[in-house]
Amino acid sequence: MESEKQEYTITAYTENHVGLLHRITIIFTKRKINIESLTTSESEVEGIHRFTIAVTETEEQVIKVVKQIEKQVEVLKADYYKKKEVVQQELALYKISTESLTRGLDVERIVREHNARFLTIEEHFVVIEKSGFRRETVALFEELKPYGISEFVRSGRIAVSRERDGIGKDVEKILAEAAV
Amino acid sequence: MATAEAIQQSTKTKPKPTKRMTGAEALVQILLEENVDMAFGYPGGAIMPVYDALYDHQDSINHVLARHEQGAIHMAQGYARANGKVGVCLATSGPGATNLITGIADAQIDSTPLVCITGQVPSALLGSDAFQECDVLGVSMPVTKWNFQITKAEEIPVALAKAFYLARSGRPGPVVIDITKDAQFEEFDFSYEKCTSLRSYTPKPKLDHSKVAEAAELINNAERPYVLFGQGVILGNAEKEFKQFIEKTGIPAAWTIMGLSALDTDHPLNVGMLGMHGNYGPNLLTNECDVLIAVGMRFDDRVTGNLDKYAKQAKVIHLEIDPAEIDKNVPADVPVLGDAKESLTELNKLVKPNSHEEWLQRFRECDKQEWDKVIEEELHPKSDVLSMGEVIRIINDVTGGDHILVTDVGQHQMVACRYTKFTRSKSNITSGGLGTMGFGLPAGIGAALGAPDRTVIAVVGDGGFQMTLQELATIYQTKAKVKVLLLNNEFLGMVRQWQQLFFEKRYSSTELINPDFQQVAKGFYIPTAKVTERDNLESAIEEFINYDGSYFLEVMVGKENNVFPMVPSGSGVAEIRLE
Repeated sequence: MESEKQEYTITAYTENHVGLLHRITIIFTKRKINIESLTTSESEVEGIHRFTIAVTETEEQVIKVVKQIEKQVEVLKADYYKKKEVVQQELALYKISTESLTRGLDVERIVREHNARFLTIEEHFVVIEKSGFRRETVALFEELKPYGISEFVRSGRIAVSRERDGIGKDVEKILAEAAV
Repeated sequence: MATAEAIQQSTKTKPKPTKRMTGAEALVQILLEENVDMAFGYPGGAIMPVYDALYDHQDSINHVLARHEQGAIHMAQGYARANGKVGVCLATSGPGATNLITGIADAQIDSTPLVCITGQVPSALLGSDAFQECDVLGVSMPVTKWNFQITKAEEIPVALAKAFYLARSGRPGPVVIDITKDAQFEEFDFSYEKCTSLRSYTPKPKLDHSKVAEAAELINNAERPYVLFGQGVILGNAEKEFKQFIEKTGIPAAWTIMGLSALDTDHPLNVGMLGMHGNYGPNLLTNECDVLIAVGMRFDDRVTGNLDKYAKQAKVIHLEIDPAEIDKNVPADVPVLGDAKESLTELNKLVKPNSHEEWLQRFRECDKQEWDKVIEEELHPKSDVLSMGEVIRIINDVTGGDHILVTDVGQHQMVACRYTKFTRSKSNITSGGLGTMGFGLPAGIGAALGAPDRTVIAVVGDGGFQMTLQELATIYQTKAKVKVLLLNNEFLGMVRQWQQLFFEKRYSSTELINPDFQQVAKGFYIPTAKVTERDNLESAIEEFINYDGSYFLEVMVGKENNVFPMVPSGSGVAEIRLE
C-alpha cells in the first residue's frame, strides 16, 4: 500500500436521494480531509447516480473513506483509483473581452494551439472552452491572463476507470439480484 | 426526487387495500404494525397531530412522557437494549429534535436500534427560519444510520417501513424521520407493507467460507489463542454459538464493555475485561497471544490503547458484520465478514476440540496479582471509607447476578462493569462509545419498562445523575421499578483521578458541592435511603433491591478513590498500571 499522500479519484454509484451529497461529504469532514473536487451526475446505469470525488490523501485513509461511503444506506458501490488507473478530464471556461480579440491574432492563435475553442462571441465578451488535464487548463489560463480574464471557472474532475468494466458492472449485478 | 415513488423504487412493495386517514393516524397504525407497544417522547407544536392520534391508542401504545427529550431518547435506548426491540422516540421540531441529538449519537456509536420521529414546521415554511424550525436532517445526518424528511402524507408508509427495517437489520443503529406538520394533517389512502430489503443496502455480508476455513486453520494451530468479544455477540443473538466456540477450543475470552454479559461472569474461560480500566491479564496478555480472535468488536481506542504497541506479535482474525470495521484500527490477517451467529456456527464445525491449560494459567496468575494489588481492597476495604466495589459485591450477593445493570459514565461505571456478576445476556446497559453522562437514570427507566420481569439497577455517580435527574419525575409518573443507586463521592471522580495522576492534583472544577439528594428523591416521591457507614450497607442494599418498586439509595463512598488497573492514555496495553 502507498504510504505517501497522492491524488486519488473516488467513485460511488448511488440512489438519487435528497441529502445523500451531505451524507457523503461529512465522511470527509469528520476526518478533516479536503475534497478537491466533487461531481455528481447520472451514470450509465438507469436511475443510478454517480459521484466522482478528487482527493489527495494516503491510500490507507482513502480505503477507509471508501468503506464508509459504501456503508451508507443509499450507496450501491464505491471504489477508488490512482491517477494512472483513470482517464480523467476537467472542463474550463474563460471569459475575455471581445476587444482583446480585435487587437491582433494572438488570442486566436493561443486558442488554436491549446486545442480550445470559442464557445460564443458576443458584442463585449467571448467565452473560450477548454477540456483537458488540470495542467492544460492552467496553462491556457496563464497565456490568456495578459489579455484580461473577466471570469474563469473550472469543473470538477470527471473520470472513468481504465478497467474493461468499471464498477457499473457490479452495480448492474446488484440491481439484477435485487430485482429477483 | 424525494417522493414516495423515489423511495419506493428501492423497495419491493405489492399493492395492498387502502384506507383513507391522516398522516398522523397512519403513523400510529404503522407503529402498531411494527409491534411497537411503547414509545418515549415529549410533545410540542409540530408533532401535535401525532400525539392527538396516539390519544386514541393509549391501550396499545404506552407513551412514556419524559421530562426532557434527552431523557426520552436514553429511555428508548435502555428499552431497546434490555429487550432487543427497536426503541421509538418522539419529539417536536427545533429544540425538541436537537435535544435528541446526544442520544442519537450515543445510539449510533453503540449500534442501538432506534426510530426517532420528529415533528417539523409545515412544508411551506421550510427554510424560512420559522418558529422552532431547525434543519434536523442536516443536524442528525452525521449521527444516524439513515434519515429522511417527509413532506407529504403518502411518503409516510414507505419511509417508516424503511426506518424500522434499517434500524434493526444488519448492524443496528438510529434512524430519524422528520415529518412536516402538514404531512401529519394531510389525508391520504393508507396501506402498509413492511420493508424486507433495499437494493442499495446489504445488512449481512455473505459469509466467505474460505475465510472461515483460514480462520479455523489458524485457530487449530495456535498455541496461545485469545478471544475478544464485543456487542456483536449480543446483537447477533450469538451467545450460545460463542460459548460453544470457546468451550470447544478451550480459548480464554475477554470482553469489551459493550460485550459484557454475553458470557456468564463465572464461566471458567471468561478471563475478564479489556481496555483502559479492564483487568490486568486481559490487557497484558493481548501482547503475548499468537492468534487474536475478535468477535463483533471494533477495536475502540479505549480497548487497544496505543495501536503501535497493540498485539503486533499476533495473527488477527476479525469476525465482523460491518465491512467498514475491518482494518479500521487493527489490520486483520483473516477478516470473516458476516453475522456473528452464522460465522461462529460455521467456524464451530471446523475448529478442533482443544484446551490451553498452560496459557489459561497465565491469566490466573495475572488475576492473583490484580487481586492482591487492587481487587481485594476494592471489594473488602480495610479502610473505614466505603468503596464502590464493595457496594457492587453486596448487590451481586443479593441478586445472584440475575439483574440488569445500567450505568452512567465515569468511575462508578468502570467499577460496576468490572465487578458486577452476570448470569444472563442483554444485562449490561451502558454508554460505551460516546460516554454520555446523564445516560444512566433514563436508560434505567427504559430498561425497567422494557424488561418488567427483571430487576433493573441504575448505578449513577453524583455528576451524571445531576445531568438528567429530572427523570425521577418520569419514574413517579410511570411507576417504573428502576432501582437508582447513587455512588456519591462529591467529585467528578474520573476527571479528578486524571487530574491527580496527570495534572498534579490541580482539581480544576471537579469538586461538586451537592444538593441534599435525599430531599431531591423525596420531592419526587421516591422511597429513599442514605448509607454512610459500612454497618448499614448490607441491610440497606437488601431493602433497596427487595422493595417492590423504584427506590433511591445513596451511598457515600471514598472521595478520592481511584479506579485501577489503568492503561494510561497513549500507552500500550502491556503498560497497564496496577497502582
